[in-house]
Amino acid sequence: MSSLTVTDEQVRATPAKVIQPAWVRIMHWINALAMILMILSGWQIYNASPLFDFRFPRDITLGGWLAGGLLWHFAAMWLLMINGLAYLVTGFATGRFRKKLLPITPSGVLHDVRAALTFKLGHDDLTVYNYVQRLLYAGIIVVGVLIVLSGLAMWKPVQLYYLVMLFGDYPTARYVHFFCMAAICAFLVVHVALALLVPKSLRAMIIGR
Amino acid sequence: MAKRSFLIPGVDKRLLIKDSIKAMPDLARRRFITGGASLGALTLLTGCDVIDSSSAEEMLKSVSKFNDAVQAFIFNPHALAPTFPESAITKPFPFNAYYDLDDAPEVDGKDWKLEVRGLVDNKKSWTLDELYQLPQVTQITRHICVEGWSAIGSWTGTPLRDFLKLIGADTRAKYVWFQCADKDGYNSPLDMRSALHPQTQMTFKYANDILPRAYGFPMKIRVPTKLGFKNPKYVVSMEVTNDYKGGYWEDQGYNSFSGS
Repeated sequence: MSSLTVTDEQVRATPAKVIQPAWVRIMHWINALAMILMILSGWQIYNASPLFDFRFPRDITLGGWLAGGLLWHFAAMWLLMINGLAYLVTGFATGRFRKKLLPITPSGVLHDVRAALTFKLGHDDLTVYNYVQRLLYAGIIVVGVLIVLSGLAMWKPVQLYYLVMLFGDYPTARYVHFFCMAAICAFLVVHVALALLVPKSLRAMIIGR
Repeated sequence: MAKRSFLIPGVDKRLLIKDSIKAMPDLARRRFITGGASLGALTLLTGCDVIDSSSAEEMLKSVSKFNDAVQAFIFNPHALAPTFPESAITKPFPFNAYYDLDDAPEVDGKDWKLEVRGLVDNKKSWTLDELYQLPQVTQITRHICVEGWSAIGSWTGTPLRDFLKLIGADTRAKYVWFQCADKDGYNSPLDMRSALHPQTQMTFKYANDILPRAYGFPMKIRVPTKLGFKNPKYVVSMEVTNDYKGGYWEDQGYNSFSGS
């Protein structure tokens, strides 16, 4: 009886070695696809009436012209929103956000930034995020929430008027939406570069360990 | 102020692009939705040709129809578009169309008549003088273009729901379909619930002056709960109908409900 219990515990202990549980991996890659679709179609929409004195090169936009870009954007938004909502709910419910992303202390962040810049930041234990990772991952979740809210405000400025009020007015919501996109793109560059520098972290996001 | 010039850039550049898109044959334009270089980028990123363009197009069309239903569902007929003080009006209010102002329809107000068709008791046509006799209201609201820019303007006219009542329209019908004087036959369907919205207006004046040619003389339909392209200008007829008759931009891929 007791030996059986031990065996059970050993069996249960195996998944503990999993760095990224299946739900994280599935939602991560769905989010990656949705984000890319949203960004590329968003650039197409931006080009129809640029906020700044530049346009995105047509070849790297999705949809061919404004209507196509809008169709992609308003299709991929469901993927992004449903997946994102499921991620938030699961992240809070399982305690993963609390365990992985907290605490974030200024001294911890400063220490790890210094360590990273001098190439002394270790990645031996991928189950524990360093303070730079915690800050970036928590920050990008906040940006993700903001970009969805500003997007909804622009999509339904009358029906969801309180969301427009949250950002001030309709034109401001457009700027918020744009800068959130810029922040996500900047995150993507760093995120992908670091994943390639530490390939075992990429492997963990694909096969789990 | 500098910001505004970005929001509403010298119209010419945009018009040029629009004109060239317009010049493309219809099929090529539709294929552009999924085709060519843009899809190439996605193929590169995913490493495989997951999306062949015709099935992607069908998928996108279905989702757009689903989005029509979602928007109709969340549409609150009592939710009013925000109104603004006169000081907030955008000056100059932009002229925006797929043609130059010089090519905008030129309607002779004396000859013009609004034709009324479909599921209505009284199909009489209306002269401009007769329409001017109807009670009018003024509202200052934000016009939001499908392109993303917006501008605040002042529109005066008769609430469409009052007119629909006056002509004995069957308000259980699904659409009010507008046709315009544009030589390409601009038209656009408006769902009945939006047509009956208290702010939806048959507009005869802009900024307290008779509607100028740039903004749709002699009559525009101002729908502050819809994107700009669903606010037809130079209107010549309205038809109350249960049939979805399509629209100039709607047929080219813009979402049909396009509510705000």
